[in-house]
Parts: sequence; structure tokens; C-alpha cells
Amino acid sequence: MALSALYPFFTSLSEQTCGDTMTDAPTSQTAASSAAEARISDAAHTGPMLAADGTPLKKSLNRALRLQKMRALALIAPLLIFVLVTFIAPIADMLFRSVENEIVSETLPKTTSMLAEWDAQGTDIPDEAVFEALYDDMFFAQEAKLHTRLGSRLNYELTGVSSLFRKSGRRVEDMGEVFQDQFEDLDDFWKTGENWNSFMASDDWLAQMDGWKKADGAQPRFEMRDGIAQTLPATAAAYARFADFIQYEDGDNLYKEDPWAIMYSALHKDLTGENDLASYTGPATEQLTAAAAEAAGFETVNYTEAFKDIDDDWHNLEVWQTIKVYSPTLTNGYFLNAIDMQKSVDGVEMRPENQQIYGILFWRTMVMSIAITASCIILGYPVAWILANLPTRQANLLLILVLLPFWTSLLVRTSAWKVMLQQQGVINDTLVWLGLVATDDRLALINNQTGTIIAMTHILLPFMILPLYSVMQTIQPSYLRAAKSLGATNWTAFWRVYFPQSIPGIGAGSILVFILAIGYYITPEIVGGTSGTFISNRIAYHISSSLNWGLGAALGAILLAAVLLLYYAYDKIVGIDNVKLG
Amino acid sequence: MNLTKTLMASTALTVAAGMAHSDGHMANEMTIVSWGGAYSASQQNAYHKPYSEMTGVKIINDESSAEAVSKLRAMNEAGNVTWDLVDVEAADAIRLCDEGLAMEIDADEVLAAGADGSSATDDFGDSLISDCFIPQIVFSTTVGYRTDMVGDTPPTSICAIFDTDAYPGKRALNKRPIGNVEWALLCDGVAKDEIYDVLATPEGQERALAKLDTIKSDVIWWSAGADTPQLLADGEIVMGSTYNGRLFSVIAEQNQPVGMLWDAQMLDFDGWIIPKDLPEDRLARVMDYVKFATDTQRLADQAAYISYGPARASSAPLVGNHATLGIPMAEHMPTDPANASNVFVTNYEFWADYRDDIDAKFQAWLVK
Amino acid sequence: MADTKSGNAFVEFERVQKSYDGENLVVKDLNLSMPKGEFLTMLGPSGSGKTTCLMMLAGFETATYGDIRLDGISINNIPPHKRGIGMVFQNYALFPHMTVAENLSFPLEVRKIGKSTREEKVMRALGMVQMQDFAGRRPAQLSGGQQQRIALARALVFEPELVLMDEPLGALDKQLRETLQFEITKLAHDLGITVVYVTHDQTEALTMSDRVAVFDDGRIQQLAPPDKLYEEPENSFVAQFIGENNTLEGVVQEMKGDVAIVKLDSGEVIQAKPVNVTKAGERTRVSIRPERVEFDKSRMQDGAFTLKAEVLEFIYMGDIFRTRLRVAGTDDFVVKTRNAPDQVRLTPGSQIEIGWLPEDCRALDA
Repeated sequence: MALSALYPFFTSLSEQTCGDTMTDAPTSQTAASSAAEARISDAAHTGPMLAADGTPLKKSLNRALRLQKMRALALIAPLLIFVLVTFIAPIADMLFRSVENEIVSETLPKTTSMLAEWDAQGTDIPDEAVFEALYDDMFFAQEAKLHTRLGSRLNYELTGVSSLFRKSGRRVEDMGEVFQDQFEDLDDFWKTGENWNSFMASDDWLAQMDGWKKADGAQPRFEMRDGIAQTLPATAAAYARFADFIQYEDGDNLYKEDPWAIMYSALHKDLTGENDLASYTGPATEQLTAAAAEAAGFETVNYTEAFKDIDDDWHNLEVWQTIKVYSPTLTNGYFLNAIDMQKSVDGVEMRPENQQIYGILFWRTMVMSIAITASCIILGYPVAWILANLPTRQANLLLILVLLPFWTSLLVRTSAWKVMLQQQGVINDTLVWLGLVATDDRLALINNQTGTIIAMTHILLPFMILPLYSVMQTIQPSYLRAAKSLGATNWTAFWRVYFPQSIPGIGAGSILVFILAIGYYITPEIVGGTSGTFISNRIAYHISSSLNWGLGAALGAILLAAVLLLYYAYDKIVGIDNVKLG
Repeated sequence: MNLTKTLMASTALTVAAGMAHSDGHMANEMTIVSWGGAYSASQQNAYHKPYSEMTGVKIINDESSAEAVSKLRAMNEAGNVTWDLVDVEAADAIRLCDEGLAMEIDADEVLAAGADGSSATDDFGDSLISDCFIPQIVFSTTVGYRTDMVGDTPPTSICAIFDTDAYPGKRALNKRPIGNVEWALLCDGVAKDEIYDVLATPEGQERALAKLDTIKSDVIWWSAGADTPQLLADGEIVMGSTYNGRLFSVIAEQNQPVGMLWDAQMLDFDGWIIPKDLPEDRLARVMDYVKFATDTQRLADQAAYISYGPARASSAPLVGNHATLGIPMAEHMPTDPANASNVFVTNYEFWADYRDDIDAKFQAWLVK
Repeated sequence: MADTKSGNAFVEFERVQKSYDGENLVVKDLNLSMPKGEFLTMLGPSGSGKTTCLMMLAGFETATYGDIRLDGISINNIPPHKRGIGMVFQNYALFPHMTVAENLSFPLEVRKIGKSTREEKVMRALGMVQMQDFAGRRPAQLSGGQQQRIALARALVFEPELVLMDEPLGALDKQLRETLQFEITKLAHDLGITVVYVTHDQTEALTMSDRVAVFDDGRIQQLAPPDKLYEEPENSFVAQFIGENNTLEGVVQEMKGDVAIVKLDSGEVIQAKPVNVTKAGERTRVSIRPERVEFDKSRMQDGAFTLKAEVLEFIYMGDIFRTRLRVAGTDDFVVKTRNAPDQVRLTPGSQIEIGWLPEDCRALDA
């Protein structure tokens, strides 16, 4: 079947969408008027062709075909949906990961927005305000266990961030405790969540929560008391996040939950800063006023120093530069990484030479895939020829032999090649026995490019033979006879007459083999050693081992683009109509 | 076969597993993920069978530990985690914990106290390397060699790997930096307790790779644990690194002419993690199982099937004989005092930070 | 093998046998000799061995036994491409990846003929078949008739002395076939080439050939010019195969010089010209052409034989009338009469008498 046979299918689909917008059935009014026009134009013999009812023939034809198309679409709908759900959507999702970078700004919202002001090219680390924002972000992040995730993400860019975040998450809670202790020393009132709720929450909510148990069903959503956000802005903001987290992440009873340490630092900030506490009349006015009087004298925290205490790296410019560079929600960082480049505050630059790997691997993948395709052609062509020229019964038997590799698992086949190719393996043993190779000078056929090419040629050979066979079957023997009768030698007859007609089979086989080859990773992993591995091995590593899916996705996207580019080039040079599968 | 395949496979897996789950967990069932092979067999004999007999819970074995990290992440993103308990290496446990895919546990609360009365925390000691990690065994990566290919002077030091004059021939090493770079620095004259400090510097990393470079053309890089034993059995290599349990199997069970080194073995832990956000009924079942399967007796029982040491100190005296060979197993444990005279404990914290960086350099060095 | 060139024979088959499986002979003891410039057709039902003979001559099959000679030289061991024989195939076998001009140029290229000469010869060959305007087309863009012309031109462009044609017109419709039959014959005679033509269509064979070899069962049953073949078939197979024929079976009762008295199975006695019968008592099959049967007494010769017949069916066919009769116990005796103004139209059910000239009635093998 020629690939082009599929084209009508696609064109009918695209026509379908056009038809929908263009062939809306005319209303009775326009139908009537167009009928009138039809009579006029009919007389003048100038207008478009009209159907019997006066509508333009094209329109009427479209309408007639529409039902047919709808039915066709309904028939392929299950397949279409299946392909969309299981193929297109995951690929699109994966490709999106190659640029997606929301994790930084989502985990450190305050910090990243404040870093926008910071001069990354300068020599100073960010100021105290940024560190305070970091404390805020880090506190909530560690409660939600998101900080280590961000650490892993940024560790791809800067070594050491992973443990920096893990360590900081563990210790950030202690920072706020300075205030917590002082408030609690001042008045036991500050110790319990119930007391906090009494002035932070609305009366309605308090009434609903009084006596609420888990068994009663969903917890009523927390409501902030009116006006408290004006009086204590920082505290209210922190409390809202806290309430949200307790109610919806943890699912605990907020009514009885004691506040986190961060609430005390927020309260301290509110009480010592500008506030309108004087006009406040809500609950706990007494405690708040008392605390406000003492708060100015509290021991405070210098966040810049506190973070330095956790790890000196917080005063390392590179850490802050990395956070800032990777603040945007979309990044080209993964793609740059995939072509051995990196982002820095100064822009884009090549990676150090001892980390450059992907360029080499892309090039190697292409070259070796071409080599594999070529050896598949060389080995598969004669086999396909024999198959096509044998009587059907023998050909079928041979075809089964060709297909046999499909019936054994890939791993088994590849492992069998190991036994064959290794230095103490069957081939080397035979060569030594025949005296062709000295026993201490055995051939290195595995754990290198030779091994990969041999094993993959074997595995992919059927994909070359099958299209070649079906194309060759359609070449009648009389062509060769004709050529010979016209004076051509066997070789000339083959080369000038038979071979050109088998090119579509070679094209189809080559496309199949090449595309399969560049995506292979199991076989190269097992028999390829270090010089015979492909880019796919790195993709597999990043997907399954390092969990750097963004980089894996970027590498995959580049590979996909390369394939599409080659396909396009093939279409331009050879023409895709020239590809036949039978 | 690349990205698409992986994705489609994981999509299909989640869908299929989801279906299995919907009726599977109705019943009294639990899906436990492990490595397969002899190791899974030892767990089934020591833990699963007695537990199923005792409680009637049916245990479904899934041999996906090698892809556990990526599959767990895929399941988590799909919002349908079908695994109840996953056996992973310590380093992966840290990664899963960092990614928020594994549940943090309180060892003293969740795990049984030692048979000798010590608290779980004390009994497990250093093996509790992550808040999410429930240790099970201690294993080591060490070197085995062909006794018939090393002449009259079998190697006694790990540095034999780098001595191609005394021990010519191919050697097999793991196709990742962990372990290899430590040995390289050690054999390049760096003191054992300074290795990670040196390795933290770019110069130290260069130095390790330079040392490995001296034997690069003689190395076959393995990626599956079964590779080195096979290569040794085929006489394809003179020596190679692998897990001590694999070497025990080649030596004691298959009687191959292979010997092993107990020098600078890389000590490592393997254990359970519980996926995060399991529904309460499943979580309760898993907790019950974990408490049972990691108690002093059970960990000691496992050693009868495989030569990996129990992670609990209190289990060591209870280690008996091999279940089929009948030989005492204590002396084959990496934790046995005679074997552990010169061990190298992997610094997980270090590797969590440096894995991406050193791996990139290592792989770049490999392809050059 | 010794050169046994006889007279002016150009193509010779001598005791040629062919077997594919070692058990059955497809061609049995074939002997054929044709002079230069002759248009010879091999005619026969499928499986009669005619195509095998052609393929042996072209060199695509080897003779199991015997000798094939071309211009006096044994060609048994000469590969096809060195025989210099032009060939036209049933399905044309035009190379689909080449244009018409390239197809024609191909035999010249492999003969290493210079470009300008090549182009000239190609155009001349296209001119012969009136296809000059199609030089740049691909075979797939041509109609069946056009393709056949190109195939012919290609077989002729390198000026072979012998051209083989394997049912070249089989896939064309009737009208086109007739036009091309005429063109091929004319071209062959104009160019003076020797042609071996294979067909299973007897009309084609009769209209085109100088001589026709009728094949059956691996043998040539008769080799003769068309008129002789039709009028004087040498055996009942040829009589049956060529044209329409009425047969009556019986036994030779007596031989009277060049007349055989035959007693039909139904009891009647008739006279016939003995062809394959020699003595009384032999079974024979008597053959009479439908158009040689006469039922108008006034037109019959004196003393002509007559048989009683009953008219079963009268079919009007335009130029002729076809009347089916029951004669001597058979229901499928056919009489053909010309649609002339004075012609009688027989009515079914009527009883008539029929007769013919003794020399038109041939007593053949049974």
C-alpha cells in the first residue's frame, strides 16, 4: 500500500472542517432570494452553476457530501480518540515539560518576585528583605514538602542546591521559634490555636466549627474576621495560607490546630510596624495591645545571618544567580543543556568541555543509524530478492524464518548476540579454531560500535526485508526478460531495470529502520559499551534514573525534530510518493 | 522505543494498573514491588509467605524496582498509585523522599523494637539514611576475580583493578560514577576519610577520572547486576565489580573458579519506601506488613536465602545456615566483622548533591 | 553438434524436447524450419507448448534435448542478451521508471551506440508506430494500444532480424486488435524481418501469418499457410481448432480410389475425401465446414450426396445466417449461408435435405 493512499483520508478530514464553516444550510429567506437570483443569473449565463432548487451547485454538493463525511468521521472516531489520548496527548505533555519551569516561582513566590529587583551581575548577595521572603517561602514549602523537590530541580543546574534546600527545610522552622517563645512567655494566650482562631476567624465560622468532628463531613471553609487583615496584614496573610494548608492539604481540624512558628514572626512584624491597633476593637484586643507594647523589645532575627548559619552557601552568589536565572515559568534551559550549552547571568554559553556529551551522542546516533540502515539494505536486499522469486510455498516458509526474530524477546535476542560476539564467544572461538585469529588477539566485536551495528542490524532486518519483499513481488519477471532480450547483461538488466523499480521498497524500509534505530536504547545499552551507545540511552537515563524529565523531554524533542527534518528532506529529494509498503 | 514508548508504556501501565487496582484492592491484597530474581525469592520466603499465612493477605509481586523512581513519579502525576510498598536502594529512597513521592515515617513508631529490647532507631542505626527509608539489608559492591586467571598471587587489594601489569585482562565496572570514583581516588593515594572532600572539588573529580582513564581501554561497563557474574563465568574478564550476593551465588552455588575481595567494599543499603498519599485502608495494611517484615527475626531469616546482611544489629546473632546449601551464612555477610574490616560507606548526602554533576562528567568522559 | 543447415532455413528447431519436472514433456520432439522474412504464428490452446517454444528461442528456457539454430548457428548456449532477438511481451513489459524515449533508447545504450545515432533511431522507430509525440511520456500515461506500439517500437529499434511476439494483442479490445494486427503485419513485411508470433486467437493467426503452426499436446499438429490450414486440415484437432466445423463419426466401409465410403454411426452412408484413413474398417471422423453445406437442391452438383435433416434453429447474424440442424443423430450440425437477397431463410421444424461436394468432406482420424 502506498503511503499516499492515506492522503485522501486526511484531506477528507480537513475538508470536513472547512465544510462545517462554509456550508451552513441557508435560511429559507436566503434560499428564496438566491433562487430568484438564480433565475436572473440563469438568463444571463454568468453566475455559478446552480442546482435544481436554485442553490449554488457547490453548496448543494457540499451538503450532500456532509452526511457522508460525518459518517466516515464517526467510524474513525474511536481510533482518533484512542490515538489522541494514548499518543498525541502524552507526547504533547512530555514536549511541554522541556520548557516548563513553574516549580521555582510556585515554590518561592515571594523570593522570586523580589529577586527581580536584584542585580545578578553585581557582587552583592540580595538584601535582608529577600532573605525574609525566602524564610516565608521556605517555611510553607517545607510544610508542604516541596522544598526538596525544588532542590532536586535546581541541583540539575548547580551542584549542592539539593542538600542546601533539604538542610534549610529542616532548620527553617527553628528561625521563627525565637518569636514564638517570646510571645508564649509573655502570655499563655498565644499558645493555642483556639485562641488564635478566636480573633483571626469570623464569628460564623467559629460557630460552625464549635463541636465539629471529622464524622460530620467536610470542614467548613475558614473565613477571615472582617478588618483583621487591615490591622495585622502580615499575620492575616500567613494565617490564610496556614488555614488553607491545614484544611485542604493535611485535612486536620483547623479549629484545634496550634499555629506554626511563622505566625509569630508575622505577628511581631505587624505589631512593631505601622498598624492601626489603636482603633482595633475585636476579640483579644487586650492581649494584642499588651503584646504590642512588649514587641518592640523582643529579641529579633536577622534572616540573612540565620540562613548563613544553616549553610554558608546562602551567601554564595551562584546560588542566588541560579534561582534568579530559573525564576521564569518557561525556560529554554533544558534545550540549552541538551545541546551542551548552559544559561548563566551573563547569557548563554557553552558548557565546560568535560561536560559536553549530547552533541557527540546526537552525531553518533545519526551516523550509526545510517550505518545500520545501510547494512540492513545490503543484507536484506538479496534475501528479499530470493523471497520474491521463490514459489509461494517456499517463500512463505522462508518468510517465517525472517519473521522468527519477532517472536523472541528483544532482551533474549540481544543477550544471544553477547554470547556470539564476546571475546570468548562463539564467533571468536570459531575464528581461533579455524586459525584465522590468534587466541590472544581475539576480535573485539562487542561493547563497541561493531556490536551495536551487528545486533541492531539483525533486529531491524525484518523491517527492511518486508517492504522490500512486497515491492519486489510486484515487479514482474518479464521486465528482466525484456531487458535481457533487448541486449542487457544480467547485471545491466538488474541495475538499470530491476533496481530502480525496487527503490520505493528500499525507501520504505530505510525510513522504518532508520527511525526505529535512532530511538533504540536497550540493544545499544547491552552490546554498545561506551562507544556504541545512542542519545536514547541518555534519554532513558534522564527519564528513569535522574528524573530530569525536562532534559529528557528536550533531548526527545530534538530527536523528534531531527526525524521530521530528515523525513521532510526525504520527501523533497526522493518524494514520499515513492515509498511503498507493497 | 524512546520517549514515546516510555510514555505510552507508563500510560498503559497506569491505566492497566488502575483497572487491576479497582478490583484488586477490594480484596485483601497488597502490591509489593521488588527487584526480581533471587532477591525477590528471598523476600517471598522470609516475609511474604509467613505473612500471608498469618493474615490471609494476598501479596502481588511486581518486579519493577529498577524503574521504581520513574514509575512512581508517573503514577503520582496520574493520581493513581497502585503500589503499596516498594523496594529501592538507599539513594533512590532519598530521591523519592525529596520528590515527595515517598512517605516520611517515624521509625520508632512504625517499626518493631529490636528483639534485644533496643529501640528501632538504635537497632537500625546508621542505616536510617532518609526519613522515608525503611532499611532491610546491607549489601556491598565489591570485586570478584577468576582464580584461574590471576596466577599465584590472587589480588588482596581493591587497587588490583587499576593494576593491569599484575592482572592483565578486561575488568568489569559499573557504568555509573558511584563507587568507581571513590575507588579511583583511594587507589590514587587519597586517604579514605578525605575522599568525599576531594571529590567535592572539580580537581578531585578530574583526578578520579584521570585514574580511571589509565584502565579505560580494559574496562567493560556493566549496567545490570547479572552482567559481571556472567562475564566471570564466561572467562571474558579477569575481575569485575558486582554485588556481594551475586558473587556468593557464583562461588558457593555455581562453584565457578571465582574468588572475591572484601577490601574497600562499597557498603550500601536496600529497603522499603511507602508511596505517599496511600488511602487509609491500604496504608494500614502496609504498615502492618512492614512492622512484621522488618522485625529482628524476619531480617535474620532472609539471610538464609541470600548473602545480604540484615540491617538490624539485633538480627546478626540470629543469622543461621543457608536454606538449601546448609552452610553458615554469617561469614558471607558484608557486615560480618571479618569481612567488614575495611569497608567504605557510601555518602548518600554527597551523592544526592553531586550525582547530576559527576554523572554528567563521567558520561562525557565515557563517550570520549 | 554438426551444422545441419538445410537450404535457406533461418530459424530451425530440431528434435527439441522440453520438460520442467523430469516426468512430463511439455514440448515433444519439435521440428520446425522457417526461412528468413517469414511471419510464422504458433497457435494453440494454453498449455500446448507454444509459449515454451518461444521462450526457448528467446533463451529464457533451455531445451532439455535437441538443437535450436538461428541462421545456421546453434544458440543453445548463447545467453538471451547475445541472441539479438527482439521480443514483444504480452503485458508489454515497458520499464515503468523510464520515459518512452528512454525505453527505446535502452537497447541502443547497452549496445554502446552513440547519443546522436541513438536519438535518431529512437525517433525513427517511434515514427514507424506513429508515436513521435509521446517520447517524453511514461508508460503509465499511455493507453494499452499506445503501450503496445511502444513495445513494438522498442523490439524493433535495434534492428533485429528476428522478432518474437508473445500474445502481444491479448489485452486489447477487438477493434484496436484488428488495427494493430494489420499494422504489425505491414511493418514486418516492410522491414523484411522474420517474426515468430504466439497467439491462441485463430483469427489473428489466420489473418497475419505466412504460415501457422498449430500446437497441441507439445507437438505441431500442422504447419501450413492459413488457407491450407483452414481448408485442408490434416487431422481432426486442427479441423476442430481452426474455424467452425461439423463432424460426423463413422467407419470406413470401402476405399474407392480417392474417395472413401463412410458408414455413419446413425446408419447413413456418405462419401468423403480420405485424409487420415487408408483402409476399410477404420473409424473416422468426417469433417465438413458449415459454409460448404448446401440445402438448395438446385445448387447441388449432380450425384451429390444428400442427408436428411431437420431444422432446429435459425439465427440471424447480419452478414450471415446460421442454421442449426439435426443430422445423422447429432443436434449441433451447423449450416452457414450468406445473407444474399435470394437466400432462403429456413424455418425451424421443417425437413430438408443437405449435401456437399465430396472433396469438402474430409475423413480424418477418429
